[in-house]
Amino acid sequence: MEATILPEVTAAGVIIKAVLILAVISAIAGFGTFIERKILAFMQRRLGPMHVGPHGLLQLAADGIKLFTKEDIIPQHANKVVFAVAPAITAATAFIALAAVPVFPDFTIPFVDIYVPSIASDINVGILFVLGMMAAGLYGPLLAGMAQANKWGIIGSARTAIQFLSYEVITGLSILAPIMMVGSLSFVDFNNYQTDGLWMVVYQPVAFVLFIIAGFAETNRTPFDLLEHEAEVISGYATEYSGMRWGMFFIGEYANMITIGVIAAVVFLGGYNDFWIFPGWLMIIAKIAFSFFFMLWVRAAWPHVRPDQLMWLCWKVLMPLAVINVIITGIVMMLV
Amino acid sequence: MSLEQFKNRNVGTQNYKKLDLEHSPTCGWCQFKQVVSRTFKPELFVGLWVTLREMGNALFRGKMHTTQYPFEKLPISPRYRAIHDMLRLLESGHYRCIGCGLCEKICISNCISMDTRYDENQRKEVSEYTINFGRCIFCGYCAEVCPELAIVHGPRYETASEQRASFSLFEDMLTPIDKLNLQQEYDGFGAISSNADENIKKTPLAY
Ligand code: SF4
Ligand code: SF4
Repeated sequence: MEATILPEVTAAGVIIKAVLILAVISAIAGFGTFIERKILAFMQRRLGPMHVGPHGLLQLAADGIKLFTKEDIIPQHANKVVFAVAPAITAATAFIALAAVPVFPDFTIPFVDIYVPSIASDINVGILFVLGMMAAGLYGPLLAGMAQANKWGIIGSARTAIQFLSYEVITGLSILAPIMMVGSLSFVDFNNYQTDGLWMVVYQPVAFVLFIIAGFAETNRTPFDLLEHEAEVISGYATEYSGMRWGMFFIGEYANMITIGVIAAVVFLGGYNDFWIFPGWLMIIAKIAFSFFFMLWVRAAWPHVRPDQLMWLCWKVLMPLAVINVIITGIVMMLV
Repeated sequence: MSLEQFKNRNVGTQNYKKLDLEHSPTCGWCQFKQVVSRTFKPELFVGLWVTLREMGNALFRGKMHTTQYPFEKLPISPRYRAIHDMLRLLESGHYRCIGCGLCEKICISNCISMDTRYDENQRKEVSEYTINFGRCIFCGYCAEVCPELAIVHGPRYETASEQRASFSLFEDMLTPIDKLNLQQEYDGFGAISSNADENIKKTPLAY
């Protein structure tokens, strides 16, 4: 495919992009906690946080102060090194995954003339890299649960393993069918594939649904929030964590939610192409925002499943569906 | 309906009504069918719709439940027995208490202490009147016995304070003289709440 001539990507541009992603996504992840509390409250006809700042907007600052100043407790019998490193794994992998994801459209900073690309690094195995990084992120909960010498933590990490074994197959297989159609693993190619034609979700509705389900499992969102379901396992892998270490798990989880939103938007929902009168940047923000909202909405509406139900669902229902979907896609591609 | 059948504790002899539940599937294919039918039943989407509808109700139709408590308060029933008020006569503004001592006498936790004397016009005046709210059980006998409707229960239920004494002096309970026009008459025991009519409902249980 003959791409339009883009300005050269310089190191300065990539660094600016990386800082931009880090700053904006951390801010959004923090803001996401506020949005989540508000939306859940509205759906239950409550007001949510109201008292700190106008409509509780400064609640974020209050939470930040609390998280930063809380005592950082490491339990006596914990494996201290692993305990300390585990939250960093979750947060770091979440942000590393975002490096290969197109987050904003590209632009050129005026005056200094630095071109900032839409992806920090457009590697040719983009999707694999992102999914792999998000999967590696589950080492965070896994190690955290095992390092803290707490039985709830152990149960939490056991559930992490179960969850990991369950959904990872579905994620890969569900996204395989679109990959076959596009013939590339780069997000940019996915985006360009849908520039003129219909959105991928029209061709691959089954894959889309499977991917969304797996995405919920990947981000530990409500129907599959087994790792830390407080009614059953106190807080699961995060039981012994406090202060900023706990906050890092949280930021990682919200960053992952955004990543899943981006992948769903780029792979299935038309990416950052212009749509009717709306410019591309608005469309991608709207799509990501809707994915985020959908995750909160589901949390307000649906109960969560047991670990064995998750395994059963993933291996006995979703995986066959995904495989059939891949086969049918292959046959159709062969014939057409 | 007699009580007989409720006293029968022998399991298996009562008239239980069985819910009309489907049998749980036994074969693999039946399980699969159940999953498929449950998957494509729109129940999950009904759940989504209900939460979205409630969000719309809350945001746009004023059906938010939250009362922002320290700033907003729900109206309380006139029967509610909280910290006492001492009322004044509306015409003269003089306190109503005639110092008869009935409330002190009837108080079952013995927490009212009062003293009276003759003033310069040989009228009885209340020289001391305190209620020890550390002991008061808010039984309401004092308000019931008072012949002058002088001591009543007010609506002040927020009784956390640094000192009990902040509530318990005669002057604290007495209606402030500049708020005399706002003084509420006490409806007393058995009074129905002001919105009682709205609260009347048909009994939902049909037995
Ligand atoms: S409410 Fe009961 S206990 Fe309290 S002062 Fe009156 S009579 Fe005594
Ligand atoms: S019963 Fe009423 S009138 Fe008599 S002393 Fe008590 S408050 Fe005063």
